Amino acid sequence: MSHRMQAWLLAAPATLLVFVFLGLPVLSTLAMTFADPKGPLASYAAFFNSGFRMTVLWRTMEVALTTTILSVGIGFVVAWVVARAPSRLKSLLIIAAVFPLLTGVVVRAFAWLVILGKNGILNSFLLWIGAITEPLSMLYTQGSVIVAMVYLFVPLMILTLVGVLEGIPQDLTDAAASLGATPAAAFRQVVLPMAVPGLIVGSVLVFTGSFTSYATPQLLGGERQMMMGTFLYQRAMVTFDWLGASTIAAVMVVVTLATVLLMSRLARKLNPVAG
Amino acid sequence: MKRKTHPALIAFTVLTFFFLLGPLVVILGSALSDTPFLTFPPQGLTLHWFQNIFEISAFTRTMGTSFMLAVGGTALSMLIGIPAAYALARYRVELPSFLGNVFVLPILIPEIVLGFSLMKSLASGLGTPIMATLLVGHALLVLPYCVRVVGASLNSFDFSIEEAAVSLGCPRWRAFFTVVLPNIRAGIIAGFILAFITSLNDVSISIFLTGPGVSTLPIQLLAHMEQFFDPTIAAVSVLLMGVTVAVMAVVERTLGLTFLTK
Repeated sequence: MSHRMQAWLLAAPATLLVFVFLGLPVLSTLAMTFADPKGPLASYAAFFNSGFRMTVLWRTMEVALTTTILSVGIGFVVAWVVARAPSRLKSLLIIAAVFPLLTGVVVRAFAWLVILGKNGILNSFLLWIGAITEPLSMLYTQGSVIVAMVYLFVPLMILTLVGVLEGIPQDLTDAAASLGATPAAAFRQVVLPMAVPGLIVGSVLVFTGSFTSYATPQLLGGERQMMMGTFLYQRAMVTFDWLGASTIAAVMVVVTLATVLLMSRLARKLNPVAG
Repeated sequence: MKRKTHPALIAFTVLTFFFLLGPLVVILGSALSDTPFLTFPPQGLTLHWFQNIFEISAFTRTMGTSFMLAVGGTALSMLIGIPAAYALARYRVELPSFLGNVFVLPILIPEIVLGFSLMKSLASGLGTPIMATLLVGHALLVLPYCVRVVGASLNSFDFSIEEAAVSLGCPRWRAFFTVVLPNIRAGIIAGFILAFITSLNDVSISIFLTGPGVSTLPIQLLAHMEQFFDPTIAAVSVLLMGVTVAVMAVVERTLGLTFLTK
């Protein structure tokens, strides 16, 4: 048996699993969108001409983009501090970031229900100190969804960036400083360009993750703050409009793949090492 | 020359960790509080909600299902993922370079789209049993973790050791089990654990595939939460966090948690 045969035989079961149970079903979903009896592109025309569907799409974009920007900002600062912490403290902080990451999305969304609810701990606290006299309604707003999403993705950003920032040798910033660069200039011209690939990887993970999330918008946004994920579920399982659901799925796949491709091209262009 | 980190940055970091861990402490408080709603200042303590978990059959039943599914799905994924990772690392020239990317597809395609498509094509289209469809869905979901983590272990494995065994007359299959496998054990354990926890927490795929009589714990929790507020949910969450702690301890022992920042 040739080496090539052996290699293929070993890789075959996993390859088949992906092609048969991911490739075919997803392709069939995408194919379905062109099989609208009203015409091959009718389902897309219906999607892009519907005010409600476009509102959901733009809201999802807005929430995902806001979540990404906030997570990058918070994650970068924290990763910077963690990467420079003494090694014992560093491992402790990494454990503190990994713990929420490995805790399920439902549990983490539930925490925010307990905090932000009408009878929640935040309202209870504000009433107790006398800052408010009536409980505020904080749930089912765009704000509550974004807070819970940032909460979901900041640990991922921290862990991605700690790895990248640790890889930037201190000697480089020292060299920049000894050649007369101010700390700000050294940061901008030395650290930032080297951190770009990590920032891009992290942003893609957070953006696609929040763009396609289901549990968090479902629990903290509800019907009022419907996003693409919850919309897809509602169309598929509540109204049984599979054509509509497939069109939503297709839009999600296109946005996700386009983001990944564009950002990886950008990463290659900006990477000072690979050129 | 070592510059100090600016105090403002340190304060910001402290606040962020408070933001990350505070909500989990709130869940713990909610699970132990004797009032149905966690109030401020906290009232008395009780273990009643933990006891309650075992009185709600939907929780105990779905706990069993979730556990079996996570073990089964991960085992299935490992069974086919390890040979694939081995082939990718060992036969770099013989296999096309795109093949490595094929195993990442389950991460690239939105989970919720995969769940919907599996429901449409398998459960509804072919009438496959709920449990079998869930098993396939979860095996797919965790395949990238199995292939990547085991692959990382294999990439640092020196294949000339295996060649040495073979050239001394050891059959190839035996060389794999007695030489390769023990050397990538840490990768397999860590991959298994990460895959297990991913499967255990999954919502987006399972939500389409659970049906009458068969549900998973996260889906049951979600349904419970949408209807009414019950501190039993907090108690279940604390149990799940206990599983997370156990998992982290195992990963720390096998690979070290810093592995996750690479």
